Amino acid sequence: MLAFDFFGATEGGLFDINATLPLMAIQVVALTYILNSLFFKPVGNVVEKREKFVSNNIMDAKNKLSEVEKLEADLLSQLQSARSEAQKIVSEAENESDKLYKEALELANNEANASKEKARLEIENQTSSARDQLFKQADDLSELIVNRLILEK
Amino acid sequence: MFFNSLPTNFAALEVGQHLYWQIGNIRLHGQVFLTSWILLGALLVFISLGTKKMENDPKGLQNLLEFLWDYIRDLARTQIGEKVYRDWMPFIGTLFLFVFVSNWGGALIPWRLIKLPSGELGAPTADINTTIALALLVSLSYFYAGLSNKGWRYFEYYVHPTPIMLPFKILEDFTKPLSLSFRLFGNILADELVVGVLVFLVPLVLPIPVMFLGLFTSAIQALIFATLAAYYIGEAVEEHH
Repeated sequence: MLAFDFFGATEGGLFDINATLPLMAIQVVALTYILNSLFFKPVGNVVEKREKFVSNNIMDAKNKLSEVEKLEADLLSQLQSARSEAQKIVSEAENESDKLYKEALELANNEANASKEKARLEIENQTSSARDQLFKQADDLSELIVNRLILEK
Repeated sequence: MFFNSLPTNFAALEVGQHLYWQIGNIRLHGQVFLTSWILLGALLVFISLGTKKMENDPKGLQNLLEFLWDYIRDLARTQIGEKVYRDWMPFIGTLFLFVFVSNWGGALIPWRLIKLPSGELGAPTADINTTIALALLVSLSYFYAGLSNKGWRYFEYYVHPTPIMLPFKILEDFTKPLSLSFRLFGNILADELVVGVLVFLVPLVLPIPVMFLGLFTSAIQALIFATLAAYYIGEAVEEHH
């Protein structure tokens, strides 16, 4: 038989609507409740628990990271201040030693100059006194010579 | 006539034949219930196995079920919105799973090997009663969703954005279940018929691409049905400003 009895048949047909409809509806509603308690709730619980766990962990890690960054910045600034302080101390010490060196040099120079001057004066004195003495001796000698010459005559 | 020259066992397709169950005064399409019970039983066994031992690190079946759950949640959330999707997710998911399992079960299992006194086993969604039942459930759901979420303000939707829309929106309440049910019914029945006719005409190789196409259509129809149901519910609970 090729005559597909699509419409209008009292028995059968593609569009034969009967009590299958409400019963199928009830079956689907029942299936909704069964699947809700068997599938959607338990799987949802597990998935949402895990999502919460993951997001908590991410938040924790983010907090820790920001803390670490803060500490790092803190340490860096401390390091920087320590470094600049050390530099200051070093430069101060350098200045100090420089000053001390200059002072000592000046002192030594002065001393040397003074002793040089003293020695020069002494030499001059001795030279002049020796010259005086020489002159005097020369005078004495000349007088002696003169006296002898005069007396021998 | 060309058709008359075909062998008479072409009618073995048995379009529009049903296995009638008579319970008191009411008559039922037995083949629809038989296949739906087998398929839903398989679905429930599958889900029970997958959720038997839930762990924090999903393995095997649990992984698949979680993927499915996530897929359904995304579908419900994008269509219904963040606020009430949780209430409707089981319903949308059940629609999706029911339609999907019915379509694929109808296409994949060689039901025709089982001989019935009248009619033949096939996808439950290829019966108009099933699809109308699903479509009417969707209609009831979106009315209930709208009324329970917004009270009488739900009917503002009918005059939004202008009162001119009123007759169209009322018409929509009839066309929505009609289009939902006939789209699913037509697609699945057409797929079964095409495969049936091709198998009858060329029993080897040729029906295989059409069968794959049928699987594709079946999956798409399940997705379309669930998405549209979720969209209608979302439309009903949406707040107009």
